[in-house]
Amino acid sequence: MSAPDASPDPDRPPKRPRTEEEVLDAIEVRRRRPVRKLLDERITLSHGAGGKATHTLVEALFLAELRNPLLEPLTDSSVFSATENGQGPRLAFSTDSYVVRPLFFPGGDIGELAVNGTVNDLAMSGARPLYLSAGFIIEEGFPIVDLQRVAASMGAAARTAGVSVVTGDTKVVERGKADGLYVNTAGIGILERNLDLSTAAVRAGDQVIVSGTIGDHGMAVMIARGDLELEVELESDSAPLAGLTATLLDATDGVRCLRDPTRGGLATVLAELALTTELPIAIDEAALPVAPAVTGACEILGLDALYVANEGKLVAIVAPECTEAALAALRSHPLGAEAAIVAEVREISPDHPPGLVILETAFGGSRVVDMLAGDPLPRIC
Amino acid sequence: MSMRFVDEYRSGDVAKRLVAGIEELTEPGRHYKIMEVCGGHTHAIYKHGVEDLLPPQVELVHGPGCPVCVIPMGRQDDAIAIAERPDVIFTTFGDMMRVPGSHGSLLDAKSRGADIRMVYSPLDALKVARDNPDRNVVFFAIGFETTTPSTAITLLRARAEGIRNFSLFANHVTIVPAIRAILDSPDLRLDGFIGPGHVSTVIGIRPFRFVARDFERPVVVSGFEPLDVLAGVHMVLTQLREGRAEVENQYSRVVRDEGNPVAMRAIAETMELRTTFEWRGLGFISQSALKLREEFADWDAEVLYEVPGVRVADPKACQCGEVLKGVIKPWECKVFGTACTPEHPIGTCMVSSEGACAAYYNYGRHAGRRRREEAPVPA
Repeated sequence: MSAPDASPDPDRPPKRPRTEEEVLDAIEVRRRRPVRKLLDERITLSHGAGGKATHTLVEALFLAELRNPLLEPLTDSSVFSATENGQGPRLAFSTDSYVVRPLFFPGGDIGELAVNGTVNDLAMSGARPLYLSAGFIIEEGFPIVDLQRVAASMGAAARTAGVSVVTGDTKVVERGKADGLYVNTAGIGILERNLDLSTAAVRAGDQVIVSGTIGDHGMAVMIARGDLELEVELESDSAPLAGLTATLLDATDGVRCLRDPTRGGLATVLAELALTTELPIAIDEAALPVAPAVTGACEILGLDALYVANEGKLVAIVAPECTEAALAALRSHPLGAEAAIVAEVREISPDHPPGLVILETAFGGSRVVDMLAGDPLPRIC
Repeated sequence: MSMRFVDEYRSGDVAKRLVAGIEELTEPGRHYKIMEVCGGHTHAIYKHGVEDLLPPQVELVHGPGCPVCVIPMGRQDDAIAIAERPDVIFTTFGDMMRVPGSHGSLLDAKSRGADIRMVYSPLDALKVARDNPDRNVVFFAIGFETTTPSTAITLLRARAEGIRNFSLFANHVTIVPAIRAILDSPDLRLDGFIGPGHVSTVIGIRPFRFVARDFERPVVVSGFEPLDVLAGVHMVLTQLREGRAEVENQYSRVVRDEGNPVAMRAIAETMELRTTFEWRGLGFISQSALKLREEFADWDAEVLYEVPGVRVADPKACQCGEVLKGVIKPWECKVFGTACTPEHPIGTCMVSSEGACAAYYNYGRHAGRRRREEAPVPA
């Protein structure tokens, strides 16, 4: 057990019971502190869920050993100059692995996901994705016909996204050592605009736009697994977003930063954003676009659509004066037709402590929206 | 399920009218403590920010009806011991995966190699048994009367189909003795109860009559949408205002006064009361839990497998018991938010989404602050 944290006031006499304010302040101080220690002895499924346990693992173990200025922000892709003198074109570089089960699900499959996922990670930095690598880890006995389907689907997705898979790798492991097929992709894109999308640019008053309904991918995959015996017509939203980001960035220069709310959903993206910027964010529950099928399935399963993964949606943080232009641009694109303003970056106040996301419920109340502690959720991407 | 069905019970406008009514019913200078018995209510209250809407003199006290929270550490150790047997596939609701035992959780046991699988219902566990005839599949059966019938029906089906590689680790508890224990406890003055809606669909509303009769406290069995909770509070306050103490049913769209006789028969056919059972933090409560009847011994994991069966004291610093009884607020626990967090829980109340500590930490901690700043509660 770790030693209990010091209270915010070191001169406090030790025996006096803490007030609720002191307890809450101590929690917020702890929450905003960088994680330095990994307390777990083994990897559990929580470490892969994208919530707090994943963050702890990445910060306390990987970042500690691999630290450098480009890795440090822990964003979906790194942006750097192609030449050492910094004069060359700026490139974006990203990687992602795909372990989804089932491999084929309504609205997509692991191949399409592997292309779109990396394309989207690049697009969120404002880059035009160019080239991908593809690595396949295949279990002995895997049907060639399925591999053929995956490869064909990757080809089609790459053509749609305007990227080429230019290098790759294949490994086969013994039966039982992998669950059919895992795919890794990495990608390079070029930044053709003179812009620097970064959380550092985020200010109080900025509006948060999401490009469409949330939770479609995660829920479609969970239902496709067949464990739930739910019959709901729902497709993954898997789609390449570089076209949508280009449309948006052409229309306005008021975009502060972009995120794709994949694993952990919109809630996790906003919780990370609030922590990084040390600003409060307020979500308007009534404004959240959620498909009725997702709402229904979430009710039955006790899940919150805010935390369910998306694979074809973006979150844009936009300067207030540019919100209308941004919204119009997104809505003009087929992938952004249902774009909506869902949240606002607020000034720090007693109602809105720094780094905290508050959801104003449709019911008239409010609650905190935090990163998940790490539920052992099924593999969805 | 259509979205409109849900929205109907989440209307902010209807809520405002109900809150105005609640304000009218409160007497100036009086502080009201109403316990919501069920963890499902606790979760709904925090998820929708219901406390934000209530006048400050109406306080909701969180009760013991969180199925994960009440499982004592010794039983969790027993579960992990069964799960770690190489011949066993251990199936459990996801919530139980992170509950700490003396040596880590089921999730930790899984990472050490135990075959532990998350299921959504006991029937899913039975399917795992059908699909794995050469393995022994154990289901970690927990919960109040809400989940007991589905365990009972699964057991009857296992017997009917002759599935012998399936068994239950039964930890089903009953809500009435826990409510009685709280009413008997001297440390707490409650004005009334929001009764458990789901449990009542099974047992009906009659078992709560003793609360009104012997303890003169109103009980309103309520649904789980935020408007249901507000309506329940309104009905409790109306009774108090009119000097009544009765059992009323706010959730009549689902709960019948007599409950569900078919479900009750399935329970009675398969299970019987234990003489006593340990509840986390509350200690041993007589006749408060169920075990499998002897004729189902072939499906009873407690008979089939040797388990440590050792009573393990709760960690010293952990005050789950006081939280479950509503004696202290989550934040008043000595380790809340420091040594005990959702990432590294010490007590069960910090694990389950229905646990008061987790609900307050994950959802409510800010709302509580805002309420107090508006109108500090007198000490």
